[in-house]
Amino acid sequence: MSKSLSTPQNILDRSDQLRRALDGDFRDQVVSSLYGEAQRIAERAVRRDSSNKWDLDQRIDRIVTSPVFGLPMMILILAAIFWVTILGANYPSAMIASALFSLEHQAALLFESWGVPDWITGFLWHGVFRGLAWVVSVMLPPMAIFFPMFTILEDLGYLPRVAFNMDWLFRKAGAHGKQALSMAMGFGCNAAGIIATRVIDSPRERLIAILTNNFVPCNGRFPTLIMLATIFVAVDFPPVFASIAAAGAVVGVVLIGVVFTLLSSWMLAQTMLQGEASAFTLELPPYRRPSILRILYTSLIDRTIFVLGRAVMTAIPAGAVIWILANIEAGGTSLAQHVASFLDPLGYAIGLDGVILLAYVIAIPANEIVVPTLMMVYLGADLMTELTSFDEIRALLVDQQGWTLLTAVNLMLFSVLHNPCATTILTIWRETRSARWTTIGALMPLIFAFVVTFLVATLWRALV
Amino acid sequence: MSQMPSSQSDRNCTSCSVHAHLAQMGVSIGHYDYLVALAGNPNTGKSSVFNALTGLKQHVGNWTGKTVTRAEGGYQLQGKNYKLVDLPGTYSLLSASQDEEIARNFLLFGRPDCTIVVVDATALERNLNLVLQVLEITEKVVVCVNLMDEAGRKGLEVDTRALSRDLGVPAIPTVARTKEGLHELARTAAGVISGEIETKAKRAQPPHEVQKALDELIPMIDAFAPGLPNARWVAFRLLDGDHKVRQALLSGELATIEAAQTTTDERFSRAISIHGSQ
Repeated sequence: MSKSLSTPQNILDRSDQLRRALDGDFRDQVVSSLYGEAQRIAERAVRRDSSNKWDLDQRIDRIVTSPVFGLPMMILILAAIFWVTILGANYPSAMIASALFSLEHQAALLFESWGVPDWITGFLWHGVFRGLAWVVSVMLPPMAIFFPMFTILEDLGYLPRVAFNMDWLFRKAGAHGKQALSMAMGFGCNAAGIIATRVIDSPRERLIAILTNNFVPCNGRFPTLIMLATIFVAVDFPPVFASIAAAGAVVGVVLIGVVFTLLSSWMLAQTMLQGEASAFTLELPPYRRPSILRILYTSLIDRTIFVLGRAVMTAIPAGAVIWILANIEAGGTSLAQHVASFLDPLGYAIGLDGVILLAYVIAIPANEIVVPTLMMVYLGADLMTELTSFDEIRALLVDQQGWTLLTAVNLMLFSVLHNPCATTILTIWRETRSARWTTIGALMPLIFAFVVTFLVATLWRALV
Repeated sequence: MSQMPSSQSDRNCTSCSVHAHLAQMGVSIGHYDYLVALAGNPNTGKSSVFNALTGLKQHVGNWTGKTVTRAEGGYQLQGKNYKLVDLPGTYSLLSASQDEEIARNFLLFGRPDCTIVVVDATALERNLNLVLQVLEITEKVVVCVNLMDEAGRKGLEVDTRALSRDLGVPAIPTVARTKEGLHELARTAAGVISGEIETKAKRAQPPHEVQKALDELIPMIDAFAPGLPNARWVAFRLLDGDHKVRQALLSGELATIEAAQTTTDERFSRAISIHGSQ
C-alpha cells in the first residue's frame, strides 16, 4: 500500500478486490451488529414504568383503522369538513363580493368624473380589478375555513391512518401504499402532493403517484365544486338539508376522483410502469394535540395566503385578457364570443359549452380562475349585473345561459379529471426531469376528462 | 468515553443568561460562523426543534416524511452565528431513496461543524440505529432526546446521562414544542464545535475481515484526500459498493472537500484577525 498507489482508480480497484474477498453478507452482519448495539444502549438508558397507560392511542387506532369503520369514518370526516366549509363560506363570500363590486362601481364612476377614457376605466376596473374581485370572493372564504381543518387533521396524526386504511387499495392497483399520503396532500395543492411523493422509495411507484396525483381536486378546484353543488344539487333539498346535500355531492365527486386515482394507477402499473408493489412499514405516530397558534399560522399564512396570492397573480392578467377578448369586436361580436362559438361543438359533445372550455384554457396557469372567467365571459360587457349571491349566479347560468343538471355534473367531473395546472405540470417536470413523463402527466388526465364527460353526456341525452 | 464540561466552568460561564443569549435569526443569515446539521428519524419533532431554534415557521406535520427537502435557517449564540440545516427525516443512511441520499450527502459533503441528531424518547432503540450510523460519519454530534413529555406520559424514563456515556457524545433531553432544553442543546452544540466538549463516538467493531479490509483502504484514502475526517466511512461505503461515493471519488469531489474547507477556514481566520476579536 505505497502512497504512490493512491489514485482514485487504484482505490476503487483495490476496494473491489477486497469486496469480492469478503463474505457476501458482510453488509447484513454490519447492519445487525449496529442494531444489536442500538438495542443494548437503549436497554441501558430506558426504564419502563410498569403502570403505563399508553393504550389510549391504541384504542383510538383500533376504531380509526378498523377494517369495518376505517373507510366510512374517513368519508364522514371528509364530508364534515366540506359541510363546515360550505356552511361557513357562503355568507362571507357574498359579503366580500358585494363590497368589492361596489368598490369597482364607485371607482369606475370616479374615473368617469375625471374624464378618463372609457377603455382605460373598463380595462382597469371591469377587467383587471373584476377578475381579482371574483377570485378573492370565490376563493378566500372556503380556503380560510378548509385549510385550518385540514391542518388540524395533519397535525393530529390522522393522515398516516388514512394511508393505513387505503394501503390495500393502492397495493391492489400495483402502487405504493404511501401514495395515500401524497394523495391527501394533493387536497391542499397538487404540486405539494407531487413533492410529497418523495417519501416513496421505489422510482416506479413514485412515478405512478406523481402522474395520478391530479385526480384529487386541489383547493383551487374546490370553490368550483362547492358552487356547483350548492347551485344545482342543494336547491332540490329543503333549506335545512341543503348544505348537507351540497357537502355530500362534493364528497361524491372527490370519491370519483379517488376511484380514478386508483384506476389510472392500475392502468399505469399494467402497461408503462409494470412491477410488484413494494412492502413498507408505515409508522402510526402518536396522536398529538395540535398547537392552535401554529395551525392558524400554517393554514392561513403559509397555505391560504400563498395559494390566494398565486391565484391573484394569475387573475390579474387573466382579467385583462378576458376584458380584451370581451370588448374587442370583429364583425359585430366580441372575440370571446368568436372563440366560444368555435369551441361550442366540442363543448356540446361533452355536455359543456364553448365558454366553459375557453375558461379552462385561460385557467391553465391556475384552476382558481375558472369560475371568475366563466362569469366575466358570460356577463361580457354588461356592467350592470352584480352577482353577489348563489341565487343570482344560478339565475344567470340556468335562465340566461341554458345550463342544465348535465352541465353541472359534467363540469364537476371535468374539474376533477382535466389536465393539471401549469404549476403542477412544472412540478412534475422538476421531479421527473423527463419530457415524456411530464407530457403523460399533463395529457392523461385530459383524455380521461374528455372520454368520461363525453360518455356521460351521450348516455344522459339518450336516457333523459 | 466522553468528557462533559466540568460542572464548575459550566455554572460560572455558559449557563449565565446574559452571556448565553440565544437569538433566533430566521432566514436572515448571510455570514455564518458555524454550520449545524439537524438529522433524525421521521416524526421525531425535528422540524419543531428547527423552528424553535431559528424562529422560522416551517410547517410541522404529524406524519412520517413531512420534510422532504432541506430547510435552512439561523440562530445566534454568544455572538456567533450558526446556520442550521434541517435534513429530511430518515431511518437509516444506507439505502438509495432520495431523502436518505440528501441527508447522507450533506453530512459527508456539506461538512457541518456539528450534527444534532433528534431522537424520539418514546422509541429510543429504533432511533439509535440512525445515531450510530451518523457517528460512523462524524464524531461532532449532539443527540437531542426529544418528546420527553410523551415518554413521561407513556411511563418511560430515559437516562440521558447513561445514553451520552454509551454513545460517547452529549445527549440533551428536550421538549421542542415547549422549547424546553433547547437552550442547553444550542450551548452543547457550541461546546462540541469549540472542542470544549470532547466527543469520542461509539463505533461498532466490524467483523475481523472487514476490519482488515478497512485498515488497508483507509491509508490509501487518507493519502489521496488528506485530512478527510471520515476516511473510515468512505472506505466502508466503497466496500459496500456505494455508487455515489465511487463517483465522488472518481470526480475528485472527495479530494476537493478538504481544499474547499481549508480556504473557508483561511477566509474565516482572516475575518477574525481584521476584527481583532478572539
